[in-house]
Amino acid sequence: MTAAAVAARVTDPEMPMLTLADLGILRAVDESADGVVVTITPTYSGCPAMQTIRDDLTAALREAGYPRVEVRTVLTPAWTTDWISAAGRDKLAAAGISPPGAAPRRAAGPVPLTLAPSRRAVSCPQCGHPDTEEIAAFSATACRSLRRCPVCREPFEHVKEI
Amino acid sequence: MSFDAAYEALTDHDDDARWAYGTGFADPLAGVDTTVPADVDRADLSAYCLALGDDALIMSHRLQQWVTRAPELEDELALANIALDLLGQARLLLSRAAEVEDAGRDEDVLAYQRDAAEFRNVRLAERTDADFAHLVARLLVFATWRLALLDRLTASGDPVLAAIGAKGVKEVTYHRDYAAQWVVRLGDGTPLSHERMQAAVDAVTPLIGELFRPHPTEVRLAAVAVAVDPSALRPEFDAVWAQVLKAATLRPAADVPDEADSGVSASVAQDGADRGGSSGGPAGAGRTDFAPDGGGRDGVHTAALADILAELQGVARSLPGSEW
Repeated sequence: MTAAAVAARVTDPEMPMLTLADLGILRAVDESADGVVVTITPTYSGCPAMQTIRDDLTAALREAGYPRVEVRTVLTPAWTTDWISAAGRDKLAAAGISPPGAAPRRAAGPVPLTLAPSRRAVSCPQCGHPDTEEIAAFSATACRSLRRCPVCREPFEHVKEI
Repeated sequence: MSFDAAYEALTDHDDDARWAYGTGFADPLAGVDTTVPADVDRADLSAYCLALGDDALIMSHRLQQWVTRAPELEDELALANIALDLLGQARLLLSRAAEVEDAGRDEDVLAYQRDAAEFRNVRLAERTDADFAHLVARLLVFATWRLALLDRLTASGDPVLAAIGAKGVKEVTYHRDYAAQWVVRLGDGTPLSHERMQAAVDAVTPLIGELFRPHPTEVRLAAVAVAVDPSALRPEFDAVWAQVLKAATLRPAADVPDEADSGVSASVAQDGADRGGSSGGPAGAGRTDFAPDGGGRDGVHTAALADILAELQGVARSLPGSEW
């Protein structure tokens, strides 16, 4: 298996239904005579999973016969939920986590303030009802918000758009 | 997963991770191109990264102290996540500061082995919160100011600062919305919540002026388009602050002297009142004798910072280099 294929199969520790490739944080895998250089980017600045991801990548590649592995970080361009693959979105939905919509586009000028809870149309991953309400913009991880369906009453997590 | 397997997973050290304070964390800038632009003074750039990093580190710590004390579980999660974002920004900035300084220090040394007078955070970040209204007022001020700052930092001539700015903008946008929504909910709520929210707005107002006063380091770096001149952020801040206060049916505080200029600190009285004892430490000595123009960016802090550092640095200082 190529180093790129091995790296692409490593999963995210906090959302293990997604591979790093699905999540869009695996930016490059370069194989050379000197070893493998894997380039990743953090989702959020404080993502505590980065250390585990580095270790998991190194371990998976070593096991697949690549003893020399270097994991590099890139900060730019900053990760966006738009990089979550179509397959990744399907896997999130299958796990009961609502996938993100399109990331907000910035117009010129200051970042707009949102004073009301977001009214973004997010459908319920349980019953499919098209209009759900936000309970909290933050959840068990920085990348997810907490929502509730007014029809089936189920709370669920939504990967929030950044 | 059985308990035994869970325990195995925690103790099996076939990788390099250390889920404890210090040592073993990979440099958050590992693999990032960290070249310093040719026309930039390294000492200035290091000091600037340190200041912005200290703002995030100290504010993060204050937010972490609300975990287990927030009014609802959702707010606990929100505050913990906001604190985590800021801690991540702090790690990037302190690492950048250490690397540019090139004196053998790293993010851990900077976070754990400096005394209060060596910290460069604005005093707003260290202030204790008398109640949840004080917290959301302070967070709104902090996030509104920092968002405007990070947004302009994306154009910095230092590519690392520009990248940190671009990531941070996305995060702090959520922080500001969170705080603003709470200020509106409490301000435009019951008579009691309104009164307490108004008191919080009044209390935080003397800390606002310091945020926009350019430090000589910032002026020099702004001249070469590396730093942001904080005085340029004031119009955007004022517009957002006014917008939120209006929506919250709150009035701006009456003209109050800027705390760092007045030589008297409201926070000193407050901190002393709710702590009961003297913390000692470098900032403790400076309780009432601030230099007229001294602020957090000059290392002139309130006693509240010494309290934070006692907690933040306690383990690292009593067990240097320890790991588990």
